[in-house]
Amino acid sequence: MLDVEDISVFHGDAQALDRVSLTVEAGKIVAIVGANGAGKTSLIRTIAGMHRPAAGRILFEGVDIAGLPSHRVCDLGVGQVAEGRQIFPSLTVAENLDMGAMLPRARRNRTQNRQRVQAMFPKLEQRLGQAAGTLSGGEQQMLAIARCIMGEPKLIMFDEPSLGLAPTIVHDVLKTIRDLNAAGITCVLVEQNVAVSLRIAHQAYVLENGRVTLSGTGEALLADERVRQAYLGI
Amino acid sequence: MSGLWFNASWRGKALCLLLLLVFALAPVIADRYLLSVLILVFYFSYLGHAWNLLMGFAGQLSLGHALYLGLGAYTAAALWTLFGIGPWLGVFVAIPVATAAGLFIGWLGWRFAIEGVYFALLTIAFAEFTRIGFDHLQITGAAGGLFLPVNGQAANEWWNLGGGPLLYYYLSLTLAAAGTLLVARLRQSPLGYRWLAVREDPQAAQAVGINVFRARMMAMLVSAGMTAVGGVFYGFYYRNLFPSQVFDIGHSIELILAPIIGGLGTVFGPIVGAIILTPLGEGLTGLMQSLGLNAPGAKAIFYGVTLMTIISLQPNGVWPWLARHLRLDRPPE
Repeated sequence: MLDVEDISVFHGDAQALDRVSLTVEAGKIVAIVGANGAGKTSLIRTIAGMHRPAAGRILFEGVDIAGLPSHRVCDLGVGQVAEGRQIFPSLTVAENLDMGAMLPRARRNRTQNRQRVQAMFPKLEQRLGQAAGTLSGGEQQMLAIARCIMGEPKLIMFDEPSLGLAPTIVHDVLKTIRDLNAAGITCVLVEQNVAVSLRIAHQAYVLENGRVTLSGTGEALLADERVRQAYLGI
Repeated sequence: MSGLWFNASWRGKALCLLLLLVFALAPVIADRYLLSVLILVFYFSYLGHAWNLLMGFAGQLSLGHALYLGLGAYTAAALWTLFGIGPWLGVFVAIPVATAAGLFIGWLGWRFAIEGVYFALLTIAFAEFTRIGFDHLQITGAAGGLFLPVNGQAANEWWNLGGGPLLYYYLSLTLAAAGTLLVARLRQSPLGYRWLAVREDPQAAQAVGINVFRARMMAMLVSAGMTAVGGVFYGFYYRNLFPSQVFDIGHSIELILAPIIGGLGTVFGPIVGAIILTPLGEGLTGLMQSLGLNAPGAKAIFYGVTLMTIISLQPNGVWPWLARHLRLDRPPE
């Protein structure tokens, strides 16, 4: 579904990604793990069309999306739940949800999708008229995910969805990702929380200093000696 | 609009209709002076709406709206004095001229990521050097000013925007009302929602597939176009145009005070702001005159003090506070 081929990305003079390649098969959960500054967010933002790669191709369903503006990438079906729960704080929950369906293709099914999303997140349904900024951290994360679903993506990229959340909420968020995956949405999960994300991932890549240094199934990487030492502290 | 209207409580609806009725019938009892003050109230409400679209809705600060106002005023006035083309036609030239300028500034700023304060500086710069340009443009009278004669035929021809105070009164009232309707409609439209998303968080807006650049350009387009119409009114109401007045940064600042005081990003803020500010300012000028005092900066100082007082008491402006206390909005469900 998504093939990233040898992309290099620079922020000014600093190289953020160095010939990164990865493959995301349809219907899978793919985790990208690595330390702070390894280039995880740069990778997601490049795929989403917010950075232009200096070299390489990004194929989404066979179409090269490298360098396309972000709204075009979004229209093709690549959704993203950005780092730090980028909701619209002074708008209501309902307005936030509708914002997710701004693309003409998603606008048509807005009413149905609203019902579907509200059934999925009953807590949000109770707070439709409330300003999104007044929600708790976990609810805001759920809102960010729900808003993304309103855009009918085929692929969702999650950037650090567990950041700053209480452990029980992290559990809920991961369960949601699994449920979405079971419903047929392909998921790319970028996490610092290595153990948790490897456990739910079908396939995983380890990113270090802008390069892919290791890849394999989630289970294989969980068992890998280097991963255990470097990220799990075992 | 329909959404906004249905969201208003019956008090809100009643107040809205009452105000409209009072304003429509005001000329029956109001004298010439009061009418001239009300004309200014409507004029600043309307311009406040235009500026508020860009700042309050799309989140982009312009401190150079006098540019679009001036371009609109000069275009229509020049067409009239030079070619005899009346303002009702001239306005359709004035709008594209002003929006072209606005879109160029917007393109320059947003394409090259000049945002926030730097964008505001850019808008000031363009207004300033247009002022200097018009100071030397002979065809429009340069610094000596452009005058729209009221003698002869033009004196009483409504179709050439010549006439007594009543004409300007109802014209400005119509402008303000139409501006309010337009803004209310846009606020509820998909475009309005895009503007809010872009204002709240441009990155998150991008993430949900909104073309941020385009949304901002659309806000500029509507805002500059509306301001140009206000400029045409200005030109034919005052009947004289001086670059040093029309394009002055003071003029840009004056037209943003009402929406800031009334409430940024609200539909009724600019109206409430203008209703509060303009009569007070005019009253002060009148008072100074009757006391025989001559202090040209007094109004500016007074506006400054009023702005600081209201913003320190109600940082979100008067309208949100008013709406809450008079229960004009229906409480959220």
